[in-house]
Amino acid sequence: MIAVVDYKAGNLKSVERALRKLGVSCRVTQDKREILEADRIVFPGVGAAGAAMKDLSGTGVDNVLRESFRSGTPILGICLGAQVVLDWSEENRTPCLGLIPGKVMGFPGSLTSQAGGLLKIPHMGWNGITVKNPHPVLEGITPADEFFFVHSYYPAPEEEKRVVAVTEYGLTFPSVIGLRNLIAMQFHPEKSGRAGLRVLKNFCTWDGHHAE
Amino acid sequence: MLSKRIIPCLDVRDGKTTKGIKFKENVDIGDPVEMARFYYEEGADEIVFYDITASSDRRDIMIDVVRRVAEEIFIPFSVGGGIRTTDDMRAVLLAGAEKISVNSAAVLNPAIIAEGARAFGSQCIVLGMDVKQVKASSKIPSGYEVVIDGGRTYTGMDALAWARRAENLGAGEICLNSIDADGTQEGYEMTITPLMSGSVGIPVIASGGAGTINHIHDVLTKGRADAALVASIVHYETYSIRQIKEELNRRGVKVRMKW
Repeated sequence: MIAVVDYKAGNLKSVERALRKLGVSCRVTQDKREILEADRIVFPGVGAAGAAMKDLSGTGVDNVLRESFRSGTPILGICLGAQVVLDWSEENRTPCLGLIPGKVMGFPGSLTSQAGGLLKIPHMGWNGITVKNPHPVLEGITPADEFFFVHSYYPAPEEEKRVVAVTEYGLTFPSVIGLRNLIAMQFHPEKSGRAGLRVLKNFCTWDGHHAE
Repeated sequence: MLSKRIIPCLDVRDGKTTKGIKFKENVDIGDPVEMARFYYEEGADEIVFYDITASSDRRDIMIDVVRRVAEEIFIPFSVGGGIRTTDDMRAVLLAGAEKISVNSAAVLNPAIIAEGARAFGSQCIVLGMDVKQVKASSKIPSGYEVVIDGGRTYTGMDALAWARRAENLGAGEICLNSIDADGTQEGYEMTITPLMSGSVGIPVIASGGAGTINHIHDVLTKGRADAALVASIVHYETYSIRQIKEELNRRGVKVRMKW
């Protein structure tokens, strides 16, 4: 059973629907025991880091996630769920879960495109990824595949080797990061067409091991 | 690099797509779910549903359409038409839409933008705006006025000022529809579109007037639009979304080419 962590951060249904489409059974839950006992965990999220962390610590799900990470359960962070796995977020200046050392940074307001125009924030729409450290969850993904992003902040792990893939938007930012049994992506695989479904499917068969 | 988006727009009345949409392929032309899936398979980057159901007691039909679409397609889609309150928004978002768009409801009650953004996040809130070209004046300095009721009612609001205000209120995106260009197939509005895109920090979707791939190319380059809404040009199969994207790609516009 896959637990989709429910913490009032929206977008749970679309993750659930995408998993169902793949024939995978899952449960949207905030029940601590259910999350602890799950075979794998999807940690989605839309919204602000401050409110999300407040909700997670209020319900105690923050510690459950730390425990599941320690015990080796494969965990997939999506969007906001890929940010709050770091130590700290510039958004609301919030301490986060601290599963991967690093920070969440905001896009500077002055980013420009190659053509010289001011780039819009949030970074919203389809963009590609460049794999830096091959990972089983990205198997079959090619440079032509694009994914759907909506965000104003991005994960910035301390160590280069935690960066699985990067994306270009005025600057090069880590769009997929990973450490041991945790893989976290800034884009929404559940809204990224076939490429996204492929990533979700890969996650559903990943054993949580990854040669780093 | 971010891709420019091609977004087909479907008008839905009482749960059925309207307009004399002709499809050669095996698609039920009246079924919004099948049409959405068809466009999804064709490479649409997003889909817009516009609910033109007149009677409000039939709105749950649209919610059912949204729910069924969400089970079939795995790209973002938005729903507009008849959304007046945050409860309306919640119903559509819970049914599986990524975004909701408000148009005349926001003109009549701008606070709905802020309320929606606070409740669901700016990324969910699209401001739809119908504009008409008028004589530039101190009140309408851009020369484009916001209109409602399908263009019958002038609001006295300047299009650029309204766009900036909506951005400040928390809109995450603007869909700019030119009433003058809409349905003409003679090209998108090319004056206000680049002006608006350059004066707000959120994406602008150009709507109204696509008749050729050249029109789409122009609005995504010179017109500075982040996305192009397409309706008749794909519904009547003048071009397929695949053809549009292949041609744009050939001409150097960054679009998503693998789906």
